Amino acid sequence: MLTSFMSYLGSTLTPGSAGNQLWALIYVLIIFAGVSVTVMCMNWLERKALAHFQVRLGPMRVGPHGLLQPIADALKLMLKEDIIPAEADQFVFWVAPLIGLLAAFTVYTVIPFGPSQAVSDMNIGILFMLGVSSLGVLGIVVAGWASNSHYPLIGALRSSAQMVSYEVAMGLAVVSAILMTSMNVSGTGTLSMIGIVQAQQQQGIWFIFKFFPLGLIAFVIFAIAMVAEVNRAPFDLAEAESELTAGFHTEYSGLRWSLFMLAEYAAMIAVSAIAVTLWLGGWMRPFPNLLHAAAWDFIFSLFPGLTFGGLAAIAFIGTARMPTQSFFKIQRIGLAVFAALIGFIALFLLAIAVVAGLSADTSLVARFNQGIGYVYWFVLKVAVFMYLFIWYRATWPRYRFDQLMRVGWKVLLPISLGVLILTAIVGVIVS
Amino acid sequence: MSDRTNELSHLDLETPDKTYLDSNELIINMGPQHPATHGVLRVILKLDGEKVLGTECVIGYLHRGVEKIAENRTYTMFNPYVDRMDYCAAVSNGLGYCEAVEKLMNVEAPPRAQYIRVILTELNRIASHQLWLGTHALDIGAMTPLFYTFRDREEILKIFEKYCGARLTTHAFRIGGCQYETYAGFEKDVKNFLTFFAPKIDEYEALLTTNRIWLERTKNVGVISGPDCIALGVTGPVLRASGVKWDLRKAQPYANYKDFDFEIPIGTNGDTYDRYLVRMQEMRQSMRIIEQAVAGIPEGPIMGKVPKVIKPPVGEIYHSIEAPKGELGYFIVSDGSTQPYRLRVRPPSFVNLQALDVMVRGLLVADVVAVIGTIDIVLGEVDR
Repeated sequence: MLTSFMSYLGSTLTPGSAGNQLWALIYVLIIFAGVSVTVMCMNWLERKALAHFQVRLGPMRVGPHGLLQPIADALKLMLKEDIIPAEADQFVFWVAPLIGLLAAFTVYTVIPFGPSQAVSDMNIGILFMLGVSSLGVLGIVVAGWASNSHYPLIGALRSSAQMVSYEVAMGLAVVSAILMTSMNVSGTGTLSMIGIVQAQQQQGIWFIFKFFPLGLIAFVIFAIAMVAEVNRAPFDLAEAESELTAGFHTEYSGLRWSLFMLAEYAAMIAVSAIAVTLWLGGWMRPFPNLLHAAAWDFIFSLFPGLTFGGLAAIAFIGTARMPTQSFFKIQRIGLAVFAALIGFIALFLLAIAVVAGLSADTSLVARFNQGIGYVYWFVLKVAVFMYLFIWYRATWPRYRFDQLMRVGWKVLLPISLGVLILTAIVGVIVS
Repeated sequence: MSDRTNELSHLDLETPDKTYLDSNELIINMGPQHPATHGVLRVILKLDGEKVLGTECVIGYLHRGVEKIAENRTYTMFNPYVDRMDYCAAVSNGLGYCEAVEKLMNVEAPPRAQYIRVILTELNRIASHQLWLGTHALDIGAMTPLFYTFRDREEILKIFEKYCGARLTTHAFRIGGCQYETYAGFEKDVKNFLTFFAPKIDEYEALLTTNRIWLERTKNVGVISGPDCIALGVTGPVLRASGVKWDLRKAQPYANYKDFDFEIPIGTNGDTYDRYLVRMQEMRQSMRIIEQAVAGIPEGPIMGKVPKVIKPPVGEIYHSIEAPKGELGYFIVSDGSTQPYRLRVRPPSFVNLQALDVMVRGLLVADVVAVIGTIDIVLGEVDR
């Protein structure tokens, strides 16, 4: 075990490839814990951001600025009575949230956080990803059916129709990105997620800007379809609160319900990760080919530390602005400790970056960028998408079912087909 | 429910109360506990997939017997009860009741009281429309306008609170005038509100009026023609959006509305979007009325010559006003005693709700909540 541990540290192999099962396991654990924690953070962030869009404060009571609210919620959901309706199909009702959760988490096996920071480098990565992520609909359909109730049934039917139709446009958009990966000397494309990012690196362009505006259109189609795919506003018909009370999870409560939520947020992160990988250069920092001097490497290596520093500054300002009454003393201390923790991470990251940058060994900066920089840029890009999800929800009304179908089949599908054909033609002409 | 089809055969109403064995058809019970039925409305939907084949409204979950209570209370004692009907537009309810009794007694409120009444009623119209806009947008899936409208409605409620101590069920008026003189700074507060609110309407409109999804969800949804509206007795913004220029403030001026210069916005298509536009315009027109009223508010007494014990002569009266939701009428039969012999309320929500079935036939489930929102019902008023 130790030898394989040591051998990995010195290599750039992907954990899943031969001899690295141990690292693959560790990555699986890290990802599972990381995604669960991210979902909790997202829960807090969504409530806060949504509240601020809507001139409210959002959670403020549990912990400073409601920071402990997700934990309180999780505890509450776990302690709630486990209700299975008498008329429900017990086993299917029980298994439905697990299907959704499994599908959402399995996708992470092929998401590349960096060239060697992935559980596995599957040669059909993107196909695997699309296939598994569309299994999520099975959990929803089964949940709606097993509830044996009208509203969940309608919600489930809507959601299955919606996911199937948007999957088509989504798939075609993905194919046009895959076509772009074959724009190299040997003319061979790749379906591997890592390969797709490396193709963007080799061609020196993110696929969103490739064959402008074809890549952009394909990206926009994917960005729309992925919102529909994960049932988020304005396409949240499956759980349309004002129409179907809660849609497919009307009969669910407690832990089972929270598993649906976990699956939904995990799926949101997963589809955002696909979009980032296919069109936004995955783990690459901005302009890796133009600004590739050692000085630029150093400057970009400061970014992770600066980001944490910014977060810490926000937390410190929040601490300073908290009410001075003794009642808030514990909350102030709590927030200050939280800010100090983030600040410590920031200082640590900055210190490593600076030490690596000042040392004579230039490979240190590169190693820092490979170890932390890749994951940082990937997570940052995904975070932008997560913020967009919240923004959409705050701004737009909900589409109606038939309009959703019309947009899917009559607008997105023809456009994505056209983009695919044009990409192929342009690709042939260029090469 | 079968008898209502006789008069309106051209509407092709079909009763959904048969038993259907066809498995494609689904009977769904929407409400009384449902987030989009604005209280305790229960709608039984007959669906073919998502398509609505027919609806049946079940009401009465909030019935408090207001009309019967009136028979056991004196005219003065009954005054606060009317606030509890349409609790989103309590001031309008009070105005209608007070004016009806005044008309029965043949007294008139003094001019200053009339002006105060108009200012508060129009403020309440804006508040009611804000509440409608927020909940309607929420039904269609836009969460944010709700909070914007509630933020701005707060300013109106603050004025009410300063004027009479209550925010919703204001009981602002008395038979013969107003009980309270305006507080110091009332005019300034109202003027401040007008300058504060003008850009806020633009803000709502920026979010919705040209929003593509909003247009798709509201255009050609819940269409009802002018003649159908008249046949069903529908009044208020719903009627005006169908192109019928009927507003009691102009058609049968009450209070002192004839002193003010304002327009009656009307729509053309009678769809949900037109009703939205009409109500947005009405808010602007209400602001115009308030502006003129505040500028021209006269000095003088606020109570007319009304005896301490209100004893109208024997007779009957029907008086109606243009409440935010439509024609609000009071029919009072007096036997000469201190209590009404019979009091009947013609609530706009109750009558307008009849149009729901006509509007949603053939539409989808999602449109049902949009149409319930666009009719703008308050269940306190429907059930009384």
